[in-house]
Amino acid sequence: MSIFIDKNTKVIVQGITGSEGSYHTSRMLEYGTNILGGVTPGKGGQKSEHGLPVFDTVHDAVDATGATHTCIFVPPPFAADALFEAYDAGITFAVCITEGIPVHDVLRVVATTPGMRIIGPNCPGLISPGKSLIGIMPGHVFKEGNVGLVSRSGTLTYEVVDLLTRTGFGQSTCVGIGGDPIIGTTFVDCLREFANDRQTEALVLCGEIGGSDEEDAAAFIKEHLPAMPIVAFIGGRNAPPGKSLGHAGAIISGTFGTAQSKISAFEAAGVPVADRPSAIPGLLAQRMPATV
Amino acid sequence: MNLMEHQGKELFRRAGIPVPRGQHAASPEDAGNFVSANSGEWVIKAQVLMGGRGKAGKVKFAKSADETRAVAQEIMATPMPPNRQNPKGEPVNSVLVEEKLPIVKEAYLAIAIDRTTKSPVIMVSPFGGMDIEEVAEKHPGSIAKFFVNTAIGYSPFIGRELAFKAGLDPGYRKAFPAIVGGVYDLFFRYGAKLIEINPLVLTTDGRVFASDAKVELDDDALYKNPEFKKWEETLPLDEDEKLAAQAGLGTRNFRRFDGNVGTIANGAGLAMATMDAVKNAGGNFANFLDVGGGANAERVRNCYELVVNHTGAKVMFINIFGGITRCDEVAKGIVEALNTTKSRKVPLVIRLTGTNEELGRKILADAKMTPVETMDEGAVRAVELVSA
Repeated sequence: MSIFIDKNTKVIVQGITGSEGSYHTSRMLEYGTNILGGVTPGKGGQKSEHGLPVFDTVHDAVDATGATHTCIFVPPPFAADALFEAYDAGITFAVCITEGIPVHDVLRVVATTPGMRIIGPNCPGLISPGKSLIGIMPGHVFKEGNVGLVSRSGTLTYEVVDLLTRTGFGQSTCVGIGGDPIIGTTFVDCLREFANDRQTEALVLCGEIGGSDEEDAAAFIKEHLPAMPIVAFIGGRNAPPGKSLGHAGAIISGTFGTAQSKISAFEAAGVPVADRPSAIPGLLAQRMPATV
Repeated sequence: MNLMEHQGKELFRRAGIPVPRGQHAASPEDAGNFVSANSGEWVIKAQVLMGGRGKAGKVKFAKSADETRAVAQEIMATPMPPNRQNPKGEPVNSVLVEEKLPIVKEAYLAIAIDRTTKSPVIMVSPFGGMDIEEVAEKHPGSIAKFFVNTAIGYSPFIGRELAFKAGLDPGYRKAFPAIVGGVYDLFFRYGAKLIEINPLVLTTDGRVFASDAKVELDDDALYKNPEFKKWEETLPLDEDEKLAAQAGLGTRNFRRFDGNVGTIANGAGLAMATMDAVKNAGGNFANFLDVGGGANAERVRNCYELVVNHTGAKVMFINIFGGITRCDEVAKGIVEALNTTKSRKVPLVIRLTGTNEELGRKILADAKMTPVETMDEGAVRAVELVSA
């Protein structure tokens, strides 16, 4: 198993003929993702450069392909509309890569699309190594295995995964949930799925300053996953309050959202917090053997 | 983007939120002229983004045109005193002249985005006129909250319920639901991340006014309201954001700090972890810099110059994880950037990992640059170089 996606997952790409969408569709196809077509309004009936059918609407794409998952590469002003269109067409899982969507647009979407899981926005997507990749992650860094990973960032995730892969810890599913203040899928949402996944035997959580997602995750772990080997990392320990660092969501307001609050919450839940990414595999190894 | 009080109040007027009668004045003369045409008692308030105006002596009263001119002159003569977040203080370029209200009560009203419930949260407290953090400390339990279901939106019962739950003076009750509705309307109409009315004043004659206005707009939504471009030009620029934009980076991608180890990394998460790594190695970082995707030569050069020209960096730690970006391309970019820059040279520590890392390291070694293999090693090396 794995969570959210596997080799049978049927995917379409919204914005498939744009430069980002087209490039990453190639990468996803190379990885083996089951992409069945794409959507670009006005280009329906054409073939993409990958030889995939292009549709004018998500409805048409879903009718023709039976896709359940979408990967969205449309610019910020049109991203909320793309998510609503996907929902209306019966898509149940949307990965939104777009960065810079107005936060009120995201609020409206998440409040009015019950039943559709949204990963992101402003995220690198997710991967079940060896099975499927939806998003912009570099597939070759990952290796199939039994460690689940959830992260708020992109390159830091690849850094951590690279360290895990090199030390013999393969991954079941890695989810980049995104760095915005409002996101469709949180740490806790992912933990719920991992709790029921037979492939996943351990977890790595990469949080950062801002918000209280990590604290919520710690509370969930304490109650529901006390026996699972879990290691956490918090980025931005030395960031001052009041300024966003890169991610709109990475901001400390007053005493809220500090690294210390998150570290304390994890430690109270019995989850060790690595003081640097390179310490993660060692902490994990203390709790479970690597399978090289 | 944070708005000045007078700009926030302009939005309040559009939504029918009552604000005191008054005039925004760019000079002491304008302020005096307004008062000479309108008799009464007036309050003169510095228009700045920094808080703590009252304590800084930047809010004063006047009863005549001459007094108004003198007071405005005094307020505008010196900048706001510096604090931790604004080490340079802030110049006072204009004042707001407003009628002095006969105040009976001061309450607090705000709307913000709650990340956990993914909804707007409206907050009300009967203790206005002080920081909400202070209220939370001194009067815990006095802050009433309502999480709005955006699919339904605002309905007046929400305002009534909040007034009852917070224990607002009954004098507020009649006007309150419409004021909260106005705030909710503005929140969505203009894409605000925060709207705060502190204090919301009740007067002796039973009227309710927004006596102050704090509005933070979502930068990502500014394109929807081109009129704010004009306002943005009047606001004090955040130097870091300005520098980032000049270097072709996103405004959030660069921040300066006090240390002497310059950092450049790709991705916000990795850039934060790089700062933490410098700290772990016993050093102090000079900046946060996320170079973004596609670290080509021009981009690397711009970032390098941004850091050496505008921070106290004595050494530069470049930390790149090649995911989609290939390390050999990044290495070529770094070599080309540093061969063509005219800015001062500082010792470089370069860490390249990921796709084609061996190729990348070879390119750097051939150019007599010293690549390191891990982030920790790079941070230690950079800190050593700075102390040497």
